Amino acid sequence: MPSIVKPVAMHPSLKKNNLGLTVRDYEGSMSTLCAGCGHDSITAAIIRAFWELSTPPHRIAKLSGIGCSSKTPTYFVSGAHGFNSAHGRMPAIATGANAANRELLYIGVSGDGDSLSIGMGHMAHAIRRNLRMAYVIENNGVYGLTKGQFSASADIGSKSKKGEANRMSPIDPVMLALSLGATFVARSFSGDKEQLVPILKAAFSHRGFALIDVVSPCVTFNDHAGSTKSYLYSRQHQYKATESDFVPPASEIVAHIGMANGHVTESTSVTMHDGSVVKFRTLPEGYDPTNRQKVYSYLQEQQGKGEVPTGLLYLDESVGDVHEMNNTPDEALISVPYEKLCPGNAELQKLLDEFR
Amino acid sequence: MQPIVDHSTSTSIGINDFAMKVANVNGTGSASANGLLMQAIFRMGIPVTGKNLFPSNIQGLPTWYEIRVSKDGYNARALDYDLMIAMNSQTYDRDVKELRSGGYLLYDSSWPLDPELHRDDVNFIGVPLAELCNKHFNDPRERILMKNIAYAGALCALIQVDMKIVEELLLEKFSAKPKLMASNNTALKLGHDYATNNFQCPLPFRLARMHSNDDKILIDGNTATALGCVYSGATVAAWYPITPSTSVMDAFKGFCEQFRKDKETGKNNFCILQSEDELAAIGMVIGASWNGARAFTSTSGPGISLMNELLGLAYYAEIPAVIIDVQRVGPSTGMPTRTQQGDLMSCAYASHGDTKHILLFPANPHECFEFAVKAFDLAEYFQTPVIMLSDLDIGMNDWVVPRMKWDDNYKPNRGRVLTNEEIEALPKFQRYFNEDENFVAARTLPGVNSKGAYFVRGSGHNKYGVYTEIPDEYQEVVDRLTQKHKASAKFVPAPIIKKREGAKFGVLTLGGCEGAVLEALDLLADRGIPADFLRVRGFPFSDEVVNFLEEHEYTFVIEQNRDAQLRSLLTIETPVAKSKLRSVLVYGGFPLSARHVIEGILGQLS
Repeated sequence: MPSIVKPVAMHPSLKKNNLGLTVRDYEGSMSTLCAGCGHDSITAAIIRAFWELSTPPHRIAKLSGIGCSSKTPTYFVSGAHGFNSAHGRMPAIATGANAANRELLYIGVSGDGDSLSIGMGHMAHAIRRNLRMAYVIENNGVYGLTKGQFSASADIGSKSKKGEANRMSPIDPVMLALSLGATFVARSFSGDKEQLVPILKAAFSHRGFALIDVVSPCVTFNDHAGSTKSYLYSRQHQYKATESDFVPPASEIVAHIGMANGHVTESTSVTMHDGSVVKFRTLPEGYDPTNRQKVYSYLQEQQGKGEVPTGLLYLDESVGDVHEMNNTPDEALISVPYEKLCPGNAELQKLLDEFR
Repeated sequence: MQPIVDHSTSTSIGINDFAMKVANVNGTGSASANGLLMQAIFRMGIPVTGKNLFPSNIQGLPTWYEIRVSKDGYNARALDYDLMIAMNSQTYDRDVKELRSGGYLLYDSSWPLDPELHRDDVNFIGVPLAELCNKHFNDPRERILMKNIAYAGALCALIQVDMKIVEELLLEKFSAKPKLMASNNTALKLGHDYATNNFQCPLPFRLARMHSNDDKILIDGNTATALGCVYSGATVAAWYPITPSTSVMDAFKGFCEQFRKDKETGKNNFCILQSEDELAAIGMVIGASWNGARAFTSTSGPGISLMNELLGLAYYAEIPAVIIDVQRVGPSTGMPTRTQQGDLMSCAYASHGDTKHILLFPANPHECFEFAVKAFDLAEYFQTPVIMLSDLDIGMNDWVVPRMKWDDNYKPNRGRVLTNEEIEALPKFQRYFNEDENFVAARTLPGVNSKGAYFVRGSGHNKYGVYTEIPDEYQEVVDRLTQKHKASAKFVPAPIIKKREGAKFGVLTLGGCEGAVLEALDLLADRGIPADFLRVRGFPFSDEVVNFLEEHEYTFVIEQNRDAQLRSLLTIETPVAKSKLRSVLVYGGFPLSARHVIEGILGQLS
């Protein structure tokens, strides 16, 4: 809503995090998306998650492609460098950026057009490389900026604003990611900040590619009766499959991931690479969030019934990321001094003796 | 003793001045025999050139290897062959026709020759290669492979390749594989002895030791390019395999394994990413450069087409990127294993909208090394993509070039990158503002300081880096980009100019055409037609290029593409009249020869 200017003054009683920053310090410029857009709620959740984790803003790198979703990195953490790249290409840019400097915290914001059509190949290969980043798909089933065409995530039978029904089978980013070997797969709903904030925090701690598919209704082009990505439909059909807590390293704070009504089972914990812990409190019977096969079958079964299970659905912290695979140094490649990179003339002459 | 009738009528043949061509079937192991001959001649201190004319295929199609020996140092292809080694029955009829009158043809006499393919003015040398090898080797694969070494052995006798050097090379190559070495030595001797016992050796043209290679090396352009990237300090390389650029990354990986393993930690001080496509490869380069790494990709024409979109982003958002384009024949898939200079226009203006890039045109492996380093300095200083246009001929053939030297005082030009302290000292950081005399504004790197944070965007932005749709604000930024591009003309490598007394016209060329053009200009001068020479080495064009064009009544522009792309670029980017530029175009896919140039010029001189 660009017509509204953000207030400059801050309320003196705003809470401060460990860095002495308020949540306002993690905001960006005013959103130019439509009033009520699901994406703005996701932006708010991202701001909240960073603030709660006391992440230094300048250590965050935020990237996006093109589309409504890809505009949002300007709306959070103005103290972080951002890169609004080209349509679908964000995972490639992020891969190079991460290769050069592994020490930053990477968040990519994408949409269903960006990630499931024009850039699906790049996303798929970023998953295969287990590129360390939190990858948020703001999924609304529709192209907003070009006024309402179906995207690849639109369900069969879902109706466009003009009443036309989609006939092609949808691409489900969660199932896709699982089949590609993703190590962190979650789904949430833009209207559920309580669930989304802890998922984001866990994603920021994950050593690898963390895919978060967030159903985010488009109030202008895809919130009508007959749409399967509307607020109403989403509220009626999604349910929390898993409930878990996120415990940051060296901290007693417990963040709840989801409020599931699932069966209480023995708690499953996954220790993240940075020392934080994800504790699954409730899970459906027989569900193991660390067993790819079981998660896949469960989701397939539920989705067959027209249900949309949400929560942190799958987690594997044992796989190395792109840097482990490439045996790169523990610190950023850009911090290796040039003197270490250039072998010098003596070595060159020795080498060239072999070219005779 | 089988006498050879000498039909020679030519007077040009003699010591260290002849050309030969080996016709083979690809995938039969001929490359190592041909490479062996080439390297042995190089070690004899004689100027030599080898051109591998190979198919886009793994096994079974025709392949040729040309070796030209020139005591005067001419390194272009010779189109007249004194000696043909005809090892491929599929192309025999073509190969026999390419011999000059009085030339020699070596064939495998295990089988009779088709009498229809006989030429009265050619000397036939029959060596029963298959028979000899079948008698001495049992393994069927070895019998095929060793035929190649056997003809190399025959050549050692016929043109007097120093056998000691050949044996020394085999020792270096196979010291760890004694069985293979024994086979090679046997085969070499089989061929050598047969030729010695059956023919009058040497032939009228032959080799004799010289000392012209003391400070030279034998190297291909892709290897030299990779070495340049290592020395420049490049740490991130992203690529998608494509002929003929693949060996750039293979070599880069090899050198990194050798030089970039951290001695203390054992970690790789490099990261090579094989991407899903060329779109991703350039994306990765841009991402890494945004973060301050020296990053590059290597590709060929089809890859450049795919990279267009993001090249425009890097240009507009002002992010460094180094692209090595090893050109091949286009359009479309074209001929992947044949050479051309067909990507000039598509690189100069790559991407939609108003875009212009800095281009570098190396002419040989030595320059590939130097220009690769230069590419990083220019890309980082000017915060823009720099494309180095090599080609298959430069990239994949072995060239005799002066040994590269490295200046240990070299410091990478990282351009205007603000440090944490500099950012702190600023009242406010503004991305595309406060430009220097070359219209370059300072940038900041992610992770350094919140105050330096800004949003990179390919969408319309003003000089503060903020989104805009206001005409004046948009134009202010793109106008500065034009000026920045113009300013880079002074920083690209200066043209090479060679003037001749009494020159009537100019001859301008680029890249690997140099050898053929210089040779042609010597021959034309001998005929009383002196001409001035200029080789452009970078784009945008400097004043020296413009002056050269202006001071000649007309200039021939010699290049290897159909559409006269260099001439077009000169017409667009310099004030010179189009009518002053005459084209000589050779674009069939094989490297240029002096004859092409002479015929092209003489045909338009009337």
